[in-house]
Formats: sequence, structure tokens, C-alpha cells
Amino acid sequence: MLAVKEIKFSAEALKKVDEIIARYPEGRQKSALLPLLHLAQEEFGWCSTETMDYVASFLDINPIEVYEVASFYTMFHLKPSGKYVLEVCRTGPCCLVGAEKIIDHLEKKLGVKEGEVTPDGLFSFKGVECLAACGYGPVLQIGPEYTFYENLTVAGVDELITQLKNKN
Amino acid sequence: MAQKILLNNINVPGINTFEVYRKNGGYAAVEKALKTMSPDDVVEEVKKSGLRGRGGAGFPTGMKWSFLAKPEGVPRYLVCNADESEPGTFKDRYLMTHTPHTLIEGMIVSSFALGANTSYIYVRGEMMPQIRILERAIAEAKNAGFLGKNILGTGYDLEIYVQPGGGAYICGEETALLESLEGKRGNPRIKPPFPAIAGLYGCPTVVNNVESIAAVSWIILNGGDEYAKIGVGRSTGTKLISASGNINKPGVYEIELGVPVEEFIYSDEYCGGITNGKRLKAVVAGGSSVPILPANLILKLANGQPRLMSYESLAEGGFVTGTMLGSGGFVVMDEDACVVRNTWNFSRFYHHESCGQCSPCREGTGWMEKVLHRIEYGHGKMSDIDLLVDVSKKIEGNTICPLGDAAAWPVASAIRHFRDEFEWHVKEPKLAME
Ligand SMILES: NC(=O)C1=CN([C@@H]2O[C@H](COP(=O)(O)OP(=O)(O)OC[C@H]3O[C@@H](n4cnc5c(N)ncnc54)[C@H](O)[C@@H]3O)[C@@H](O)[C@H]2O)C=CC1
Ligand SMILES: Cc1cc2nc3c(=O)[nH]c(=O)nc-3n(C[C@H](O)[C@H](O)[C@H](O)COP(=O)(O)O)c2cc1C
Ligand code: SF4
Ligand code: FES
Repeated sequence: MLAVKEIKFSAEALKKVDEIIARYPEGRQKSALLPLLHLAQEEFGWCSTETMDYVASFLDINPIEVYEVASFYTMFHLKPSGKYVLEVCRTGPCCLVGAEKIIDHLEKKLGVKEGEVTPDGLFSFKGVECLAACGYGPVLQIGPEYTFYENLTVAGVDELITQLKNKN
Repeated sequence: MAQKILLNNINVPGINTFEVYRKNGGYAAVEKALKTMSPDDVVEEVKKSGLRGRGGAGFPTGMKWSFLAKPEGVPRYLVCNADESEPGTFKDRYLMTHTPHTLIEGMIVSSFALGANTSYIYVRGEMMPQIRILERAIAEAKNAGFLGKNILGTGYDLEIYVQPGGGAYICGEETALLESLEGKRGNPRIKPPFPAIAGLYGCPTVVNNVESIAAVSWIILNGGDEYAKIGVGRSTGTKLISASGNINKPGVYEIELGVPVEEFIYSDEYCGGITNGKRLKAVVAGGSSVPILPANLILKLANGQPRLMSYESLAEGGFVTGTMLGSGGFVVMDEDACVVRNTWNFSRFYHHESCGQCSPCREGTGWMEKVLHRIEYGHGKMSDIDLLVDVSKKIEGNTICPLGDAAAWPVASAIRHFRDEFEWHVKEPKLAME
């Protein structure tokens, strides 16, 4: 991490915050917590303590209420990750059609273990549970847009990695 | 051709847009319900249809709606469960991606029936693309006057919001979902009270699956009796089946309930048979939570009659020789698939997803995972097999929510039907590892 990015929503994001909070009845603004954490993660890359404290300030709740929620759900990154996190489904139905081979291949290809970041800061990978796409397995997704890649092959994975590298 | 209700227009180009959906008869159910029916009339039609909850439990939708408490001055909510995370299940994602307005139309009619003026669609967080699709569909419907204040001049107001989850299987359990929607950890609540009495913010709430809500529009347009004519016995209507595993044509199929399992697996209209002409070994018929059945038992009942894709037929024989329709996640395994490995995999899943509130589930799932791991990786003992059965029995029925049962059943059933394969793993660890 180079210069620490200032934890402050853009004007556009702030508008979105208001819009989200307005979805719930009076006094129930805590319901906005998950949507705001997603928004914050999109803006700041991951959920640092500062980011979570910042989110708490919009909802009139204690920071601890944000920490306990962010740590419960798998989608919130509590530490910095690669620019592209390749999340491969590792659950039964995908394994029937070769998911384990894809995961082994990623480990070799990227030269890092699950959860570690490649030296160029671009990639990390992670086994995740069923992504509700079992008929199109093996599958992987890449946040923050959660773009989907289906019916993966080893060659297809190589191509995807090359494409992503070329974008940078 | 089988009757289609949810996916009949799925191949119409642009059906995901309001304009095309409307041109193809969309939103007529909203017009009919809001302009010509009372909320109670709508509930009555849904009761008549015999529609049962498509999230997995199969509880009659109309009955659930009629249980909704209506205290004076307290808002009521409809919450759509689009958390779809049950391994083997991918039908809701399919429906929302390709025909989002089918869900939005159903939401409007259902909200009207329940007297809800605010409704939420809780979508699993990883489905960001589907969240965008639904938000767009909602904006389109609102623009056209089907949402917002005074819909179609009838005086009925409704807003629908999409709520993203954060990645947690347990949030598909309806009370965990409500906790999550309130901005908390997804810890299931003790039932009763059911959400129909005390749900979101403590108010009366109906939670229904995407597919259940989507079916309501057709029922209102065509009548509950017409819907009840489709299907077999108490399994009325059509069901979306997510087919995956070692089959030639994986995908989502809308079937009339009552299709023979054999036809579903082998006919070209559906799964198109087993990949590479291999033999069928086993099927998990209703998502990872239901008991696995070997080929002979999934194809035929104990009395030799064909087994059908219906709630009753799949359950025939109880857990001794039967299973459940569940969420309709139909996972097919060929002769090369390893039941032990699959069982270990599912166990790891449940351990990972346990919310940790109840010790039988929190500890038991971890224990089963560990024992299965050692059997799969060649360090198992014969006594481990009975140990697994024992642990699974101690979890079953002793937890706050059914995740405990869902973790126990796959293990118990795999051992019941494939004990020799577990024993072989213990006796021949080297061969089994290959
Ligand atoms: N679609 C998916 O991804 C998944 C589905 N499941 C399915 O979930 C099922 C278990 O779900 P549960 O909600 O725990 O089952 P349940 O039987 O407790 O409830 C089913 C529905 O009926 C309602 N209900 C039942 N009795 C009621 C009463 N007396 N008054 C008012 N409402 C009543 C409940 O509120 C709920 O909405 C399993 O059978 C499994 O197949 C499980 C995991 C994932
Ligand atoms: C662990 C667990 C996970 C569940 N996940 C889902 C789910 O993803 N989608 C769903 O509709 N129902 C799920 N259910 C069932 C819901 O609790 C509830 O029965 C359902 O949403 C009611 O809708 P229905 O009556 O239309 O089926 C789950 C249940 C359990 C125990
Ligand atoms: S059974 Fe498991 S998932 Fe359900 S409440 Fe208990 S610990 Fe949580
Ligand atoms: S098992 Fe991989 S998407 Fe369902």
C-alpha cells in the first residue's frame, strides 16, 4: 500500500448513501449497513478499520456493530487483496466437472497460495462456495462487479489471466 | 411439449426489458389484481392453486399468506428470498437474469395481496449483475406507473427495493435473512414465532422464494384452478429444476411436476443422458441438503413403479429409500464420481457455513468434516464410519435452524447407501486416493 487513500466518499457516492438510507423506515437505518459496506469496499478497495468507522458514522451506530457484521460475511475483505481476486467455486457439483483441477492450476500459474497476492499486486485467488451456477461449472467470479466466467478450462484460465495482465 | 408458466417467453429477444415483456402480455396480472380483485381474492386464488414454496420446504404459499397477522396500524412486509446458495441450485439466478419482470410483476401482485407498501428483494451479494438487472427492471416498471404512488390510479402504493447480502449461505434461512436485512449478523431466530407473526422489524412479514412469487402472476391471470390442473396430486404446477453434474445438457428446466425421473435424466428435452455414455451412479435430487440416492432408488420406488419428479414421489419411502424435492437442485453423478469425496466436500461446506450459534451444528459439522477428510485421504479407521452416523444423529433435530439437519442428512444417507465405498476407502487407501 502506497499513500493511504483518504477515507471519504465521492460526491456521487454520498448521493448514493442518502438514496440507500431512504429505503428503510424511520429509525431503521441500520438496515443500510450491508449496502454501505459494499459501496465502501468498492470505493476504498477493502474494509479497513477506518473505513468501517466511517460507515458507522452515517448510520448512527457504534463501530463495533460494523466490525461484527463485516467479519460475519465472506464478501468483505478485512485486509488488502490483489486487484483481481479470482474466486473459484469449490463446492460438490463444480468438483464433479473439474473445479479442483482449475484451482490447482491457478496455484501453479500464479505461483502464490490461496489468499496470497502476486508480487505485482494484481492477482489473488480463493476457493469459494457454490455460486448458484452449478450447471455451468467450473466457474469463477471477479469482484467488485462480480463478472462471471463459466465452463472454465485450463487454457481458458490462462487466457483470462493474460487478458487481465494486458489491461494493466 | 410441457406447459411452461415461468419460462414460456424466455427465448423472446429483449424479454428482459419492460417494453418487450409488456408487449408479450406482461403486467396484465397487476392490472387484473389491482383493478378487479380484492387482496383477499388474490390470496384465495393462490390457495386454490396449491402452489407450494419453491425455496425448498414446500409449505403451501396461500396458507402462509392467510396466516399473516394484520394488527391495526402496523406495516406488513413482503420479502423475496433471492439468496440462492444451496449447492446444486441455480434457478433463481437464471430467472432473474433472463426475465426479471416476471419476478417484479409477481412482487407487485403478491405485495398487493398482503397489504404491503414496501417490499424487499434480498439477493445474495455475489449476484451483483442480477442486482443491477433487478434495479433496472424496477425503475422501468416505476416509469410505466406500475410501482410508486397510486399505481394505475387504484390508490395502492408500493416501493420495491433490492437488498444485497454479504456472502453467507445461512442468510437464505428466512429468519437469518431478516436479521441480515436489519443490518445484523445472519444468526437464525428461534421459530415460532414465524415471520408471518413477527418478521422484519418485528412486523408481520411473508418471506417467499423468487420462483414462488414469480408463479403468482400466472395464477392470477389464469385462475388457481387452472394451475392446480398441472402437475400431480398435491404437487401442483410447474417447477424449475437446476440440473448439474455428469449430464449432457446441464441447465435450468421448467417441468410439470410428475415427470418420471428417468425421463428427466435421459430424454433430450431435459438432461440428455449421462456424459460420455457412462452409467448413472447416484443423484442428489433437491440440493445438497437432501439425502443422496443410488441409481436404482432414484429411478424406481421400492414397489418397482417409476419414481416421479414430485414432492410426494421423491419422498416416498422416507429416508430409508427416498429423498426430497427440496429446492430442485438436481445433481447427477456418474460411475466415476466418488461419493466419499462428494460427502466430504458437502461437509466442509456446512462447516464453513454454520453460523455457530448451536454447539451440535458448530462442533458436529467440523467433526464430520475432519473424519470424512481422513477417510478420503487414506487415514480412516473402520470405526470412523459408525462415528459419522453417530455424530450426524446427534446434530439432527437438535439445532435452532435446519442447517444442522441439512449437514447431517447427506452424511447419513451416503453411508446408508454407499457404506461399501466408505469401507473400501478405509481398506484400500492407496487405491481410493487415485
Ligand atoms: N433454495 C435454497 O438455496 C435452499 C433451500 N433450503 C430449503 O429450506 C428448507 C427449510 O426451510 P425452512 O424455512 O426452515 O422450513 P419451514 O418448514 O420452517 O418453513 C417453510 C415456510 O413456511 C412458513 N411456515 C411454516 N409453518 C408456518 C406456520 N405455522 N405459520 C406461518 N408460517 C409457517 C415458514 O415461515 C417458511 O416461510 C429445506 O427443506 C431446504 O430444502 C435449504 C437451503 C438452501
Ligand atoms: C440453511 C437454509 C438456507 C436456505 N436458503 C434458502 C434460499 O437460498 N432461498 C430460499 O428461497 N429459501 C431458502 N431457505 C428456505 C427459507 O427458510 C424459507 O423456507 C423460504 O424462503 C420460504 O419461501 P417459499 O415458501 O416460497 O419456499 C433456506 C433454509 C435454510 C434452513
Ligand atoms: S443449526 Fe447451525 S446454522 Fe442453524 S442456527 Fe444453529 S449453528 Fe446456526
Ligand atoms: S457448485 Fe459451483 S456454482 Fe454451484
